[in-house]
Amino acid sequence: MSVDPILRVSNIETYYGQIQAIRSVSLEVPRGRIVAVLGANGAGKSTILRTVSGLMDPERGSVSFDGKDIVHMAPDLVMRRGMCHVPEGREIFPFLTVSDNLAMGAYTRRDIDGIARDMDVCFSYFPVLRERASQRAGLLSGGEQQMLAISRALMGRPKLLLLDEPSLGLSPILVTQIFNIIRRINQEQGVSILLVEQNAHIALKTADYGYILEVGRIVLQDECRVLLEREDIREFYLGQKDTGVRGARRWKRKKLWRS
Amino acid sequence: MEDAARLLQLVINGAAGGCIYGVIALGFVLIYKASEMINFAQGDLMMLGGFVAFSLIAGMGLNYWVGAALAIAIMAVFGFLLDSVVLRRVIGQPQFAVIMLTLGLGFIFRAAAGISFGYGSVTFVTPFTNKVENFGDIAIGQDSLSIVFGTVVLCAVLYAFFSKTRIGIAMQAASQNQLAAYCMGIPVRTIFSLIWGISAAASAVAGILLAPSTVLDVNMGFLGFKAFAAAVLGGFGSIPGALVGGVVIGIVEQLAGYYLPAGFQDVTWNSMLLLVLIVRPQGLFAETQRKKV
Ligand SMILES: Nc1ncnc2c1ncn2[C@@H]1O[C@H](COP(=O)(O)OP(=O)(O)O)[C@@H](O)[C@H]1O
Ligand SMILES: [Mg+2]
Repeated sequence: MSVDPILRVSNIETYYGQIQAIRSVSLEVPRGRIVAVLGANGAGKSTILRTVSGLMDPERGSVSFDGKDIVHMAPDLVMRRGMCHVPEGREIFPFLTVSDNLAMGAYTRRDIDGIARDMDVCFSYFPVLRERASQRAGLLSGGEQQMLAISRALMGRPKLLLLDEPSLGLSPILVTQIFNIIRRINQEQGVSILLVEQNAHIALKTADYGYILEVGRIVLQDECRVLLEREDIREFYLGQKDTGVRGARRWKRKKLWRS
Repeated sequence: MEDAARLLQLVINGAAGGCIYGVIALGFVLIYKASEMINFAQGDLMMLGGFVAFSLIAGMGLNYWVGAALAIAIMAVFGFLLDSVVLRRVIGQPQFAVIMLTLGLGFIFRAAAGISFGYGSVTFVTPFTNKVENFGDIAIGQDSLSIVFGTVVLCAVLYAFFSKTRIGIAMQAASQNQLAAYCMGIPVRTIFSLIWGISAAASAVAGILLAPSTVLDVNMGFLGFKAFAAAVLGGFGSIPGALVGGVVIGIVEQLAGYYLPAGFQDVTWNSMLLLVLIVRPQGLFAETQRKKV
């Protein structure tokens, strides 16, 4: 355990109705670091992020963010505390322009100058977004939408960024490009990052620390350079390179509708 | 010439009536886009708006403009509370429950209005009552003109609001993708209640615009069904579509009333609704991409 991590998740268990998706998961994100959670399709990666960002409530366990317990806090309030979640499958606002999408990322901010400056920073990371600024976001390609989703989250000036499978459905070149930027965001802006991935190779290359998730349980955790050397990891996670091109799976936001 | 003038007059009067349908339909569409609920009490909100304006202007003797503005504001608050106190509770229930609830609310509103204002018809004096503008040999009532003008102003205001203001864009965002809106820190719940407020305020505008040309009575809210048809005609997801749908129904209704035997006018909207559902179920202005819920 590190001292005063930005995020500490302890023994959370989250259900979809009767189905338990994650079992007593604990993890930590030290300040200024990139932490990756790796696992196959259906392992429970997205559920962890949804539980952390308040989109779902865990049945048991606690989540502490920046020293404060945020379990059962509404997702918009969690975001206001400085956590931005980039959900799986991008989830942009399709009928708004690219620049309005970015403006919505800064919804909680009032410093107009700062917002304009951060928009320029996003455009410097992803120049294609500047070219497309006045287009409807729904018309962007998958890769461009992922860039927009990451940029939009950055506009909220997060302390912690949650990234759900940023490589999903992208070409290998684009994956490398986006992960380079993720690295830069971490280094240049000091944003801590919790990232979940099926693409273990790129995730382990990018992150500092990794957790391996299997059917809702964390089975292994270590520094990424150590994980990269391990035989079993090489065999099971790095042997298959495919990023798993799945159709976007809709997930009913039970908690949101209930409260 | 005689006939052309007559036709033009019918079209303008029809368009005026249609604007009312369109404005109420706009309320349907705003709420539907945001929360996928169909508010069958939309017409009754118009009725309430009319009566609130009546009691402020005729009852308390306020200036017409002040009374109208106040009535719109009161209905906006009412719509906001309706969502945040009542409708929030049925979120997640089957569509059926929501429909029953809004239908039930309509009954309650009518009963409440009947108890407060009586079941007879009432009216209040407006700057547009019984005045006529002459354009050559065409005479058009100011009541109709004020409806068309009022609708245009309302639409311009709403358009500017939804496309230019931070909160307006956030309303669009929350309607397009709730999940992402939450992740941006947008208070989606409150935003939806505000949309209900705008929707109720628009209905109140319809009720007030209608006042110079008809008497107010407790059952005038049934006009909401024609507005529903207008919304379907427009694709039930498109605000311009709802307005155009309303105007089309209004004009066809007027023409049917004049050129067809008695009785046809009353079934115009049902017939058009059926026709649209058979021929073009996605409506005239269907949006191409489904929204993410
Ligand atoms: N909306 C849902 N309803 C029921 N079960 C779900 C739902 N979403 C996910 N699950 C289940 O929870 C488990 C974890 O899902 P998820 O967190 O999406 O996995 P991952 O992101 O690792 O692919 C899976 O077994 C999946 O079937
Ligand atoms: Mg997932």
